[in-house]
Amino acid sequence: MALLKSSKIISTVWVHPPLGVRSIRASSWWSEVQMGPPDPILGVSEAYKRDTNPKKMNLGVGAYRDDQGKPYVLSCVRKAEAQIAAKKLDKEYLAIGGLGDFTKACAKLALGDNNEVIESGRNITVQTISGTGSLRIGANFLSRFHTEARDVYLPKPSWGNHTPIFRDAGMQLKAYTYYDPKTCGFDFQGALNDISKIPEKSVIMLHACAHNPTGVDPRPEQWKEIANLVKKRNLLVFFDMAYQGFASGDIDRDAWAVRYFIEQGHNIVLSQSFAKNMGLYGERVGGFTVVCKDAEEAKRVESQLKILIRPIYSNPPMNGARIAATILNTPDLYKEWLGEVHGMANRIITMRELLVANLKKEGSTQNWQHVIDQIGMFCFTGLKPEQVARLTKEFSVYMTKDGRISMAGVTSGNVGYLAQGIHAVTK
Amino acid sequence: MSLFGEVPQAIPVAVFKLSNDFKDDPNPMKVNLGVGAYRTDEGQPWVLPVVKKVEKIIVADNSLNHEYLPILGLPEFRSSASKIALGEDSPAIQENRVGAVQCLGGTGALKMGAEFLRRWYNGNDNMKTPVYVSAPTWENHNSVFANAGFEDVRPYKYWDAEKRGLDLAGFLGDLETAPKHSIFVLHACAHNPTGTDPTHVEWMQVAEVMKRRKLFVFFDSAYQGFASGCLDKDAWAVRYFVTQGFEMFCAQSFSKNFGLYNERVGNLTIVARDADNVRRVLSQMEKIVRVTWSNPPSQGARLVAITLNTAELFAEWKDNVKTMADRVLSMRASLQAKLQALGTPGTWGHITQQIGMFSFTGLNPKQVEYMIKERSIYLMASGRINMCGLTTKNIDYVAKSIHETVVNVQ
Repeated sequence: MALLKSSKIISTVWVHPPLGVRSIRASSWWSEVQMGPPDPILGVSEAYKRDTNPKKMNLGVGAYRDDQGKPYVLSCVRKAEAQIAAKKLDKEYLAIGGLGDFTKACAKLALGDNNEVIESGRNITVQTISGTGSLRIGANFLSRFHTEARDVYLPKPSWGNHTPIFRDAGMQLKAYTYYDPKTCGFDFQGALNDISKIPEKSVIMLHACAHNPTGVDPRPEQWKEIANLVKKRNLLVFFDMAYQGFASGDIDRDAWAVRYFIEQGHNIVLSQSFAKNMGLYGERVGGFTVVCKDAEEAKRVESQLKILIRPIYSNPPMNGARIAATILNTPDLYKEWLGEVHGMANRIITMRELLVANLKKEGSTQNWQHVIDQIGMFCFTGLKPEQVARLTKEFSVYMTKDGRISMAGVTSGNVGYLAQGIHAVTK
Repeated sequence: MSLFGEVPQAIPVAVFKLSNDFKDDPNPMKVNLGVGAYRTDEGQPWVLPVVKKVEKIIVADNSLNHEYLPILGLPEFRSSASKIALGEDSPAIQENRVGAVQCLGGTGALKMGAEFLRRWYNGNDNMKTPVYVSAPTWENHNSVFANAGFEDVRPYKYWDAEKRGLDLAGFLGDLETAPKHSIFVLHACAHNPTGTDPTHVEWMQVAEVMKRRKLFVFFDSAYQGFASGCLDKDAWAVRYFVTQGFEMFCAQSFSKNFGLYNERVGNLTIVARDADNVRRVLSQMEKIVRVTWSNPPSQGARLVAITLNTAELFAEWKDNVKTMADRVLSMRASLQAKLQALGTPGTWGHITQQIGMFSFTGLNPKQVEYMIKERSIYLMASGRINMCGLTTKNIDYVAKSIHETVVNVQ
């Protein structure tokens, strides 16, 4: 039985149908459908694949790689999978809001043990299709129920997919200053200035840690001022936390901003992803939380979230949530997980240090401190588009035009070569 | 003062509320004839033997990881799933004019198709194109299309309550009067909730009108294999429409026929004029996927792909599917026989004429309420029962209860 691979559908020659049928074939419903523009990040990976240079590097990929450049399946994940397999569970539909063992643990991970919000039952946390699914449910929820304001303020820049998600949900996108290209750091004053002008009740998106794409995070004192200002402006805070644990290596430290805001009385909405910190990318594990006034309101909000979810996919997939729940709820697996997350974050931090050391060794006189100061998977190198183009053409180093590199694609084996290339295009 | 102070409590989705009420009922005789999931004769969920086998294969394969799937899903899943619907030797596949999007269950496939149609069909972002769903239909059809932006979701005549069968004249009449380019959601087989499917001849009549009046064909195929026990038989209507030259969508679910309910395995099969149209359509589908779930979950798709693409596993799967379909058929025969033996008023031939998981019993809301409250037998207000909830152990109790209800409650 010959299998038709999807790629063959688009590349094989069109076979002419019998004459009698041709008249029906004349027109198509889809003649006016334009070819969609290629995804900028996928395009990078496609080009990388075609390159025959043995020294090529893919620094576009937003997925962790080990020091051999291979995908890394966490040991605690394998153990959890073995435990689950032994249980011989059924495959009955989950509730619309997902696996209870997962959602409870998910909220606890973000908000901390003994958090007042969880104890009083004033949060509703639903299982979502990873971070994207969570943002989308959140956007739909705000679009339907947050009728006082239509605007969502994103940091400049933000994850490329934030804008189309909110737009498709019917919200309007605006921006506040965030990244300072001069310092490759946080433009704190610029951010405060812009935030102070945001109209009341607007939604403000904050990256909880490991800002994507810049890797630039506010310091705690800066977070405190932002929290204060946001409260003064009466803004609705939407936290996107896709890298808890992955940024500093410490899950509590990475959730500090989220917990601080809640402590200060902000009833936030929060998206969480377990794609990176548990390496569960393709299993699509995420959570969406609304911190409400009280338990009664949480029940009402929950009922409406279910109404939003049902016509999209009915109920979420079990496999990844079951793995995550097992890890989060089994003490020795949890401990092992913390160690592995710490390990991944540490490798990234080490690569940052090695890259800077190698650049210095190459003789670069540029200031590369930001490579070490930035945090998380991504680094905004400060490279200009022309320099990026050269780096790709002459060294086969693939990255996005904005100068962003995924540190996860850097290994002790290729960091020297990368430094050579970056130095060559920036000296 | 809360931002969400005005958020009203929503009415719970009926079918899930029913299951919750069933769970809370202390009556040891209780029977759940609500949610559409297969049950064994012991009343237990059934993980298909072939699924267990393939899960072991996956766990043992250390070369597998949890990396992101492509936006449109696992390629070997998409192509093999489309083959299941259209047939291995489908002219459309041979002519390279079939595309597919891996989605989250049948719901996800309907959602992607609906979102695409709203953006790109009958103009751009045309919310006014009428979408027709059968009367009655799976209740989520309405929400899926409404939430995709369609403002005009209407019923087409389908179920004739009096004769307990298909209202063909009504159906064809609605096809004739529907505005051109209207979208029609057709149940490929095992109509939910009525279990009443058009015959081949009736499907041919439907196709003729739809072609003439340029109506859009959107098949919902959630029970392939589950209805008759034979994959090809259950796909007859879908394949017939392909031979008639339609460009169409087919939302496939592998929840029931693979028993993979909670892994959310679905596929949107797209049949277009030619490869170029498929290519452009898929490129736009990618955009919609990216803002909804980015890429689909890998576990279930992997499982199905391995099964469909491995000869012995494929054969075993077909066998497992037949096991489920056969048990349903035997419960139908048994229930009808018992009602007839009891002399229950009314005609009960529809129980064996209907096909698939569900049966529209014909019980009215008051009778349904009586069944739930007095007999702890849970079924939908519409009178729909899930045949899978019947077992050799509870069928006598259910038959007697139906008898008692029909006699005492009008």
